[in-house]
This record gives sequence, structure tokens and C-alpha cells, in this order.
Amino acid sequence: MSARDNILQRLRAAPQGTAPLAPDVRGFHAAVSAARPASNRATRMEVFCDKMAFWHAEVVKVTRDNWSQKLRELCAAKGVRSLLYGEQTEYTAALLAAGIGGLKPYDRPVDDWKQELFENTDASFTSTRGGIAETGTLIIWPDANEPRLMSLVPPIHFALLDADKLYETLFDAMIEQGWSGGLPTNALLVSGPSKTADIQVTLAYGAHGPKELIVLLLVNEEELA
Amino acid sequence: MNAQNNSQINAQANTQALRFVPASEFKERAAVAVADAHLRKSFRGAMDFLIAKRAAQFPDPVALESQRGLAEHIRKYSLARLPDLLEQLERNLTANGVQVHWAENPEQANAIIINIARRHSTKLMVKGKSMVSEEIELNHAMADAGMEALESDMGEYIVQLDGEKPSHIIMPAIHKTKLEIARLFAAKVPGAGYTESVDELIGIGRAVLREKFMTAEIGLSGVNFAVAETGTLCLVENEGNGRMCTTVPGVHIAITGIEKVVEKLEHVPPLFALLTRSATGQAITTYLNMISGPRKPGEKDGPREMHLVLVDNGRTQAYSDEQLRSTLQCIRCGACMNHCPVYTRIGGHAYGTTYPGPIGEIISPHMLGLAATHVLPTASSLCGACGEVCPVKIPIPDLLIRLRGEAQHDARPGHAPMLGQGAAKSALVDAIWSGWAALYTRPALYRAFGWLATRFRALTPPMQSGWTVSRTPLKPAKRTLHEQMAARERR
Repeated sequence: MSARDNILQRLRAAPQGTAPLAPDVRGFHAAVSAARPASNRATRMEVFCDKMAFWHAEVVKVTRDNWSQKLRELCAAKGVRSLLYGEQTEYTAALLAAGIGGLKPYDRPVDDWKQELFENTDASFTSTRGGIAETGTLIIWPDANEPRLMSLVPPIHFALLDADKLYETLFDAMIEQGWSGGLPTNALLVSGPSKTADIQVTLAYGAHGPKELIVLLLVNEEELA
Repeated sequence: MNAQNNSQINAQANTQALRFVPASEFKERAAVAVADAHLRKSFRGAMDFLIAKRAAQFPDPVALESQRGLAEHIRKYSLARLPDLLEQLERNLTANGVQVHWAENPEQANAIIINIARRHSTKLMVKGKSMVSEEIELNHAMADAGMEALESDMGEYIVQLDGEKPSHIIMPAIHKTKLEIARLFAAKVPGAGYTESVDELIGIGRAVLREKFMTAEIGLSGVNFAVAETGTLCLVENEGNGRMCTTVPGVHIAITGIEKVVEKLEHVPPLFALLTRSATGQAITTYLNMISGPRKPGEKDGPREMHLVLVDNGRTQAYSDEQLRSTLQCIRCGACMNHCPVYTRIGGHAYGTTYPGPIGEIISPHMLGLAATHVLPTASSLCGACGEVCPVKIPIPDLLIRLRGEAQHDARPGHAPMLGQGAAKSALVDAIWSGWAALYTRPALYRAFGWLATRFRALTPPMQSGWTVSRTPLKPAKRTLHEQMAARERR
């Protein structure tokens, strides 16, 4: 008998009382939501910005027309010499047209340029699949164009989030976007720059991942104020 | 600093790797720890901090109760369907390109991992935080096989550098002060100057470990939740080292206990929300890393090969009993230890087991047997704090009492004996209880004993075993209660 067979056999041999019914997570969530003041786009944006600030991330409101220029200004202000970006995303054309210096496409397998990625790439720019207001969280969905390490290795991470895709809770995002129907090889939730409190419970940022997270929140012109 | 120096210091750290010390010497170590004012201050301060942070996350006790109820329900439901869910998880992971392995004990688990490592001519394995890897003492097995296993969680890196084991499952280096870590880094990290700045110390660790992430052949991680319906492994962390370990090296090995599986992705958010709030008082961690497979054709990063090792190591014993099964509901938040008056006073190392504190007291007997661990369930005043804060409502005090009984007695009729069943049985204690039973079931004998005990009370021994270690001796009253009541009636 294999280890697998032995383990499964022991589990199957265990006494089973009445099996519990499936937990009604949706019902629970609906009841919790109903008991809260209804959220709308404005409240979600406000809560998201507050929580992101709490996590030590910067949120910069931008529009479809000016986001790439804002990004150029931010890169200049932070002294970014090289900005990693993904090819063939809906934002690539605008990014390339913005006149940002040191643009570097993630255009080949990491194995070919690992050292350069780790040691000579100041910042990255990625899109997001959405955000979560309640916890101040980005949903990142890496793929062939925007690989996993973009949001991890460069010390500064710029992430573009469309305010239309801001959900109240993780559960809402998961259900409304139908995650269980097709997850990528590596889906991510990101709430702020990397951090640790492992030395005498003192919080320090930039543990192993980015030291700075800057969210470019894509809003309408009238929401800029 | 250069890579050669780094590998020297890490090799040094590995030769110092300690095996867990016997749990049976718990009392001796606890006595030493209680007398260590410095250690007690470290733990008291850190536990008070974590208790306050958790409390701030749960302002509404009614809401917390309903969240705990849901989380308990999800865990009980998952456990009730455990064998089916494990098979479903295996099917879906396999379809996603992940190789699934099963291990009944630490030896099998280590052999599986070492085989994979050898196949890839591994020199260095970088590790994200995994308590199951501590449980199987993987670092030691890797060192014995001539390969280096380097911890990359900052706290784990610190304790490994000092040749120690974690003293807390969430905050491994909680027993160390900033100054101790400053001295440790200056002494053991080549090129690192002495600094007491936490930011600079973290910067030193970051620089050393980034070099390692780039060169390691294998990354190892634990698992917080394994989702059967999608074949997804969820990892919860703040630092990003877990993501490094699961993304940068060519091979990713995840290791987990068989109990971590849930059926649906939608079962994760309620558990995740309680896990981070209970553990460190955070509404969410920096990262939730949901991995459903290795690099696909066309993708530019991620491991090319991915494995999951499912470990039993005594969990099926806990599972085989309907009461003890609730032990497996645990999501490893550590709240029970943060709130335990015993843990806070003696720290994590005194237990001598991978899992310290209340959860360690109820899980270790299944992993190591009662012969080695029967003293652990007695390391509790049964104050109940652990059960009250447990986010999945494990009745820890009830399980402690149950395990004390199993250590003292033969298995109940119809129950298979636990590993080490009856290990704490004592002929003297049995004789005392038989005598007690005889006295209390025979009225004449009882009255005679009462008369003798009161009349000859001066002969009561002044040293009464454990009782008089820190208490005044017990002495019978001048007259028995029956006599005193009779005298009162007469008045």
C-alpha cells in the first residue's frame, strides 16, 4: 500500500457523525452587507484611499488623459532610471508615448536576465484587475505580458487601478469576477509595500519586495478634486 | 557583500541547526525560563502588543461571534469531507501541472523533498515560512544530505543564523531584542557593520537574501489554504519572501499538513479575514499569493516545475476520533499562544516542540506520541483564554483534559489506543485513587479515617510533594465536618 492509500484509508475508516451542511458563505456575506450602510463608487474610493494610506502606499488620482504624464512626473521625482513594463497591454501604447526615460519591456524569460531584473531595475508599472476597498487591496493577475515578478522585484511598483473595478470586499470581487471559473497560474492580492515586524515588533518597509507602492487610481475628471 | 561569504555564513548557520529538544524535559526548561526576567519581559511586551492589536480588529463581539461560527462551520465541513477533498485537490493540481506527493511521516516527507532536490543537483534551497517543514526537521535532513536549506522569512533567518528554532509560529524571533539581533548580524553577516536601526538591519537581511533568491535551485513554501475545486495553494505573508521562493527558483515545492484543504475558493475569504486579524491584528496581510500551477508555455517567469507534499504525521490519529478531530480545524494564527498565561511566562522554546503554546499541547501528542509529550497538556491552568480567542472555535481546554486522561488511562473500550496511550500511568497514583475510592465508598472506613486524620493532625507531613513547592502544607481541621455540624445542631 502506498502512503497515499494508507492515509486515505485511515481517513475513510474514521467515524463520521452527521455530515455538516455546506456553509452558506454567500448568505452570510449578503446579511453582513445588508446590515452595513450601502456603498457606492465615492465611498469605495474614499475607503480604499484611507486604507492604502494606512498600508503606507501612495494613491494618486489620474484620468485616462493624464495618467501617463503623471507617471512620467512621478518617475522623475523619484529618480527612477529604469521602468519595467509589460508589452501588449491596453496601456502600453500610451506609456510608450509619454516620453518616460529608461523604459524596459519584460520581453524575455526571466532566466535570461535575472541579474539585471534584481540589480538594475528601479521600478515597474503594471495594470491591475481591480481593487478592494474594505482592506485597501490591489488584485493583480499576472500573465505572459505582465509576469509575476513585476510586482515583486523592482523596489518601486506603480499600479494602475480603474476606479470602476473597485469592489467593497474580497468576497464581492471573487464572486463578481468569477475567479473560481479560471484562475491564472499566480493570482495576487497586494496591500501596500512589503513589510516585516520580525525585529522586536517594529514595523519596517521593504522587507523582500517593493519598498514603495504607488497606486494610480483612474477616475473621472470631476472626481480629481 | 559577495556570494562566497554568504554561503560560508549560511553553512555555518546550518552546522549549528538544532533538533527539537525532548518535550519530556518541559518542566526543567519551564523553570529556567520563568526565572529569566529578560525573556519574560520580551514575551510579556510582545504578547500584550499582539493582544491589543487583535482586540482592535474585533470591536463588535456579536459580529466576531458570527464570523467565528462561520469559520468553524467551514473547517468542520471541510474536515467531514477530507478524504474526498484531498482526492479532488490532487486531481485538479495534477491537471494544472503540479506533482502531488503523500507522506505518512517526516522520514517519507524528507525523502520526497531530498529526491527532488537531488534530481535538480541542488546546492541551495530557499525557504518561505513553513511550520510543517520545521515539524519534519527538513533543514537538518537537507544538511545531512549535503544541501543547504536557507530560511528567508526575516524572523526565521534570524533564528537560523543564531542556530535556534522559532519560539512563536507567527513571530519566530520574538524572544530576541533588537540589540541581540544587532550583535548577531555584526558577528555573523560578513560585511555588515553594527547597527541598531531596524530599517538598516532589515536592509542587511534583504541584501543577503535577494542574492540567494537569484541563485537557489529550489524554493520551498508552506500552504495556508489549499482549494480543492480550483487546485490552488494560498499563501499569506507580509514580507514577499514567500513570493520570491514560489516564483524565482526553477522548482517550487509546497509542503502542507493534510488538514489545510477547503472545498471552494469562496471558503477562503472568511478564514483569511480571521487568520490575519487573529494573528497580528492586521485586516489583511501585504500579500495573498494564490498559486494554481507552474509557468505555462509563453509565460516569462514562475517555476518550471511544481510539487505539493501532503503530510500526515499523526493527523490521521487526531482525525480518527470525533472529539480530537477538532484539533485539525486550526488555521495556525497563534492567537491561543498570544493569550496563554503559561506561554507568555515561559516562551516558545520551553515546550521543546515545533508548535508551542495551547495548539502545540493538543497537536504534539498526535505527532510525537503521549510518551514524549504527556506533560504538555498539563501546562495549562485551564483558564479558557485559548478557546475563547480561537477563530475556528477549537475547544482547546476540553481537548487538554481529554489528553490528560488518555495519558493516564488505557484506551476507552472500542477506541484504538493513541500513540503512547497511558504513558503517564503511575502505580502510586493508581494506588492512591484506589484507596480514595475505598474510603469514600465504605462509610465505616470513612468515619474511622476522618477520626484518625483529625486526632493525629499533628503528624501530617510538612512536605507534601508538589503542593508545598509554593504553598503552605495542608493540615486537617481539629474535628471532621460531620462532627462540627453535629456540634452546631446541639447548640
